[in-house]
Order: sequence, then C-alpha cells, then structure tokens
Amino acid sequence: MAIRQRLRDPATQRWLRIGVFVLLLAVAIWAPFFFAPFRVFQFSRVLIFAIAILGLGLLTGFNGQISLGHGAFFAIGAYTAAVLMVKVGWPFLLVVPVALVITFALGYGVGIPALRLHGLYLALVTLALAVVTPPILKRFSGLTGGSMGLTIPKPQPPEWTGLAADQYLYFLGLIAFIVAVVLARNLVNSRIGRAMVAIREDPLAAQTMGVNLAQVKTLTFAWSAMYAGMAGVLFTWTIGFVSPESFTIVLSIEILAALVVGGLGSIWGPLLGAIFLVFIPNISEDINQAAPGIAFGALLILAMYVFPGGIAGLARRQWGKFLMGGGDAPPGAGAVGRTDRSEAATKTTEGRPEDEPVANTGHSEEGAP
Amino acid sequence: MELFFQQLINGLATGAIYASLAVALVLIYRSTDIVNFAQGEMAMFSAYIAWALTQAGWGFWPAVIVTLIVSFIGGLAVERVVIRPVEGQNELTIVIVTIGLFIFFNALAGWIWTFQVRGFPSPFPQQNVDLGPVSAGIPSLGIVAVVAAVVGLLFLLFQRTKLGLTMRAAAENPESSRLVGIRVGWMLALGWGLAATVGAISGILVAPILFLSPNMMAGVLIFAFAAATLGGFDSAGGAVIGGLIVGVSESLAGTYIGFIGADLKIVIPMAIIVGVLLVKPEGLFGRPSVERV
Repeated sequence: MAIRQRLRDPATQRWLRIGVFVLLLAVAIWAPFFFAPFRVFQFSRVLIFAIAILGLGLLTGFNGQISLGHGAFFAIGAYTAAVLMVKVGWPFLLVVPVALVITFALGYGVGIPALRLHGLYLALVTLALAVVTPPILKRFSGLTGGSMGLTIPKPQPPEWTGLAADQYLYFLGLIAFIVAVVLARNLVNSRIGRAMVAIREDPLAAQTMGVNLAQVKTLTFAWSAMYAGMAGVLFTWTIGFVSPESFTIVLSIEILAALVVGGLGSIWGPLLGAIFLVFIPNISEDINQAAPGIAFGALLILAMYVFPGGIAGLARRQWGKFLMGGGDAPPGAGAVGRTDRSEAATKTTEGRPEDEPVANTGHSEEGAP
Repeated sequence: MELFFQQLINGLATGAIYASLAVALVLIYRSTDIVNFAQGEMAMFSAYIAWALTQAGWGFWPAVIVTLIVSFIGGLAVERVVIRPVEGQNELTIVIVTIGLFIFFNALAGWIWTFQVRGFPSPFPQQNVDLGPVSAGIPSLGIVAVVAAVVGLLFLLFQRTKLGLTMRAAAENPESSRLVGIRVGWMLALGWGLAATVGAISGILVAPILFLSPNMMAGVLIFAFAAATLGGFDSAGGAVIGGLIVGVSESLAGTYIGFIGADLKIVIPMAIIVGVLLVKPEGLFGRPSVERV
C-alpha cells in the first residue's frame, strides 16, 4: 500500500516516466550493436512505421478525423526523396525539408475539403486517395520510373561514426522518431492539442467555445500528413528502392490497423502498433502467408469490442487499477485518470472499472504548465 | 461511331456491375447507417465459394444458387456476430470494424485459396449479337440483364411484400417499429444478408472479367462507392443510375481522353466522389441530412 501511495504522487510519477524513458532510450541505443543487421533493419522499419502511425494518431486519435489514405502521403514523401536523390542528385539530408513541405502542403490541401466531410465520407475520400496513388505514380514514369520503380543509393555513414550502414540508418530513424514524439507530445499538450481533442469530442461545442474549427482541423491534417511524409523519406533511405507496389491501399490500411491495435489517443501506442506491424508477419508467416492479415483483421475488430484504447490503453488501465488498489482516486493523479480517446468516443460503458475516474480529456499529462 | 457505341455498351455492362455492388452498399447504409468497407471483400469471398464448388464438380448454376444462399446466411451472421455489438456507436468505431472485416476476409480467402490469380467460368457465351448498326457482346448484355433482374426483384420485395414493408419501417424508424412489434434487430440482419447476396452476384459477374484473386474487388469497390455517392447513399435507384453513369464515363474517358487512357481510369471514381461530396453531398437522389443540435 505504501508503494502505491508513493506511486500516486505526481512528482514520483514524473520521475518514473523520465526513468522509463531513459531506460528505453538506452535499450534503443544499445540494440543495433547487439542484434544482427537483419534485425536492425527490422527495428528501422518499426521506427519508420511508428512515425507514420503517430502522424495518423494525431489526426484520428486526437482530432477524430478518419484517414484511410495515409499511405498516399507516405508514398509522396518516399517518392520526393527518391526523385530528388536519383534524378536531381541531391544529398540525402537535403531532401527532408522539401519532402516535409510538400507533404504538409498536400495534407493542408486535402484537409480543406475534409472540413465539409465528416466521418464516413472522409473515410471514402481518403480511401480513394490511397487507391489512385499507385496508378498515378505509374503514369508519370519519366519521373518515377513507372512500375519498375527507382533504386536509390542508401545513405552511407560518415567515417568518424564507425557505424555500419544499417546501424547508421537505424540511428537516423531513431532521431527522427524521438523528434516526432517530442513534437507530438508538445502539440497534444498545448492549446492547439486541447482544441483538437475538443473538436473530436464535440465540434459544435468546441466552435461555440471559440475554437477555430477550420484552422485546427486543416492544420492537424497537414501535420499528420507531414509525419507520414517523413516516414516515407526514411523508407526510401532504408529500403533503397521505391515502386508503386510498395504504396498500395494495403499500406494505408496497415497504418490504421496498427494505430488502433497500438492505441488511439496515445503517444506511445503507435510504437507498439508498429512493433506489431513489423513482427506479427514475421511470426505468423511461418504458418501461412495470409496469417498476418487474419490476425490483424481479428485484432482490429476485437480491439473495438474489448480494448478500444488499444494496447496502450489497456496497459494504462491496468496500471491505473494497480495504483488505485481498489481505493478511491486521489486528486492529482492526472496521468492515471486520463480518459482514453476511443473509450470516451465509443461510449463503451461496460468493461470500464467503476473506480477509474473519467477525468478531463485535456490530456494534461504533466498537469497544466 | 461504332467505337462509341461499343464503348457505351461496355460501359453500361461494367456500370451494371458497379451498380449491383453499390446497391449492396445502399441496402446496408439504409438499414444501419453503416458504409460497409468490407462489401467488396465479402463479394470476392462469395465468388470464391462459387469457384470452389465448380472445381468440386458442381454445375455452374447449382454452384451459383448455393453460393447465394451461403452468402445470405453469411451476411446475416456477420451482422449478428460482428456488427451488432458496435451498432449505433460512432462512425470511427464502425469504419474500423468494417476495415477489420475487409482485412479478415481478404486474408481468409488468401489462406483457403492462396493469392494465385485464377480464371472463372463465365455463364454467358463469348459471342456478339448484331443490334442494327452495332454489335454487342452477349456477356455485356447478360450482365445488364442480370443486374436489371436483381434490382427488379429487390424493388418488388421492398414495395410489394409485407416483409419489405417491415424492413423499410425498421430502417426508417426503429423505435416506432419496435413498438408495433417488429423485430428490428432481425430486420437489420436481413438487410445485411440481402446485401451480401446482391454483392455475391456482383462478385460472380466481375470474376470472369477481372479474374479471381483475393484483391479482385478493391478497385471495383471504389467504383461502387462512386456510384453510391453519386446516386445518394440512401437511394437504391440512385445507386443503379450512379453505377451506370460511372461505368459509362469510365469507359468513354478511357477511350477518348488520351491522358487518362487505360491506366488512370481509377482517377474517375475519385473525381466523382470528391466532386459530388463537395457540391451536393447527398447525391443526385439522396435526402439531404439535417443535423439537429
């Protein structure tokens, strides 16, 4: 009981979080020196997908806009990098700002019609976006290499680092991921982040309270697309090859599925989702080529019934239960009382423990600054 | 000119296929307010069942009839087991569940029948008939006839039978229907069963053209979405007309607009979806939705 008491203290929780973060970071830095290059390559893919999923999480998890077309932004980021590096001969780091600006602008462009489309219709339009992307990439074959794709020289590590190519790419991915997480966290905990969540919960009420609906929604779309674009750039670097077949509708659906399984409305959920996305096929493809799809489809449906907050939500709830120990919620245990995105939105009352406080949706993890 | 009529008839035939899948979407949307993203994959799965039966030595028509029955029961079961628990919840949840179904059916078909592309027997002879100045392929005419028959039967069911009336009532006003003793839940499930059956027909019609593979319906689904959007998601008649318009414009644009050609045809449904949703979101024949605060 004493441990629980102490763990409930916000200051302790803060230190705990920092401790866990440092530990994870240490493991992440140590991993590429321990595992074989193939594994390191897989870890890189985890980081790449985690960034894209995180981007979709901002849009869908925090702002409540559905996108079945994030693979399209991913593809555009990847192709921007590939074309600039291969056809124009730019150094690889220079393509990042260009790809980010392009995907941001495109996301903004899609976000404007998205203002008039809610729910199902937005899903339809973004789905169509994902479906038309590969044929368009094939059509402009002069630039994109058509269905043959483009082969890109992988970025080589500078001499002084002493890293192998796969390790270097992994660290580039890790840096990008950390920056992405920090930015997303700050965004979500800011005024804009609260506006995003307010819109998700009730657009009309948010508007009445003075939230600029159009601005927040389009900007969220743009940010989210930019994340997918960054993931695309990393994809190009890491895989060294792009072709339209890499960016079919399957990619968009995988990103959404991983987000839901990992945890909507969570910053760490996307990482868990990405781990699933990369390693589930690894495990289950021994059984059958189709096994990962069956697992993902079933998990997706199951998630909506049983754990709408995804794995991250599940973990948070268990942690909350442990802290509460059946007792009453102490005031100030902000992190525990955080309402989950989909728990709030899907109104699943069954399965939610009575003692778990349904607190503010402000996502003020650290408390108000 | 002959090319024009040829393309027109081809367009009407593919349009009829889109229309049938769009009608399946509308059947579900009208009764449960759900856009079923898995509709195409369910249709694909049905086509596989028909194929498997013919492979097992069944005749084509018995295989089709059994497939339709199995699809009906399957659609019913999907509604009861998978959709029921999330009915009435927010759109995000429902979209995700139907996407889950999409992935599941796609992978299940791949598991059972592998991802190999297979031929599918066509029920129609591959011949042309002369219609005055132009000739038309019998398969094209057959497809149009089949879809017309399906739509006609659905019309009779909904407008002329007690069951149809009850189903419409359950979709229109579940609360009052329940009060007068209609088992609303079962009526919605029936809607899903019917939709799966109609979808199965479109799957069987499309399989000889596109060849059978688990990913066969993904493109068709987009065209069907365009058809349903154009006609209005709550209008079956609108879906049919929308399907025909989409099919014809796809065929003509692919032939006459050099930039689009055969590769970029998929851009047409996209343009239709976006255009309609921005200009007239309720579609040509749909009812505008009114949001009450």
